[in-house]
Amino acid sequence: MTGKSVGILVFPGSNCEYDVASVLEKMGVRTQLIWHGQTDLGGVSGLILPGGFAHGDYLRPGAIARFSPAMSSVIEFAKSGHPVLGICNGFQVLTEAKLLPGALQKNARLKFLCQEAELEVVSTRSSATSLAESGQRLFLPINHFEGNYTCDNDTLNELESNNQVVLRYVENPNGSMNSIAGICSKEGNIVGMMPHPERASDDLLGSVDGLQIFKSYVSNLM
Amino acid sequence: MRFQAKVQVWLRPGIADPEGHTVSEAINALGYSGVSTVRMGKIISMMVEAESKEGAAAKVSEIASTLLSNPVLEDALVQIEEA
Repeated sequence: MTGKSVGILVFPGSNCEYDVASVLEKMGVRTQLIWHGQTDLGGVSGLILPGGFAHGDYLRPGAIARFSPAMSSVIEFAKSGHPVLGICNGFQVLTEAKLLPGALQKNARLKFLCQEAELEVVSTRSSATSLAESGQRLFLPINHFEGNYTCDNDTLNELESNNQVVLRYVENPNGSMNSIAGICSKEGNIVGMMPHPERASDDLLGSVDGLQIFKSYVSNLM
Repeated sequence: MRFQAKVQVWLRPGIADPEGHTVSEAINALGYSGVSTVRMGKIISMMVEAESKEGAAAKVSEIASTLLSNPVLEDALVQIEEA
């Protein structure tokens, strides 16, 4: 058991917090659920924003969540270099909070996607892929309606040239620019991804590829 | 004074609008011709207390840009009328 613990942020409408906690606990990492209304992050060493439908996804996914009381602490925590991982809805919250550039637009062809996706690890300088190999393939489930990564051309060029693209779809399922499935901040500690690694972290679930993400993430706890 | 504010939120030009595209295809499928450039947006209406129309506009514009629209994807258009 490591002394470090991971905070999992819970908004009204989050629904993957226990899945994430279960994976981390099995890895021997303590977790604590952090309600969005509190500003005290409880001395955690890293934060995960899980999937779901924070505040019903009203207005836009993440639009209301980014103004939750906890978010000012999350922003400060992320800017101090701690690993912060947003999965699916958590990624949408991180873009709305401007901790990551761009936005997640409705999928091309308005298709809700719930399927396995083949992904290529692009950058290994992110806190969620530091133990993976560039070019490595991972099979992870995706489950979203708004996962179509969009940004302006300058931002896209910057992401590519700074090696901030973390994961790319091998076959673009949702219209994302440059098939982007996940990105990181310039410093690499803040990561957002649409695929759900927690749903591919046990043999019972048919894949353990997601553990690659969590092992990397845990190795970067500070 | 009391004002009626309406905020229109539109996807910015150049941003793919899959909803608008789908509605456009449905219009064509119904046999209508000469209809193009279908765009989907939303209207958010609210009542606002302010000293003046300009004050109401400033307040609603701030709300529109911080919460109601995401400038990466959307433009917001604010309209104010005396209630």
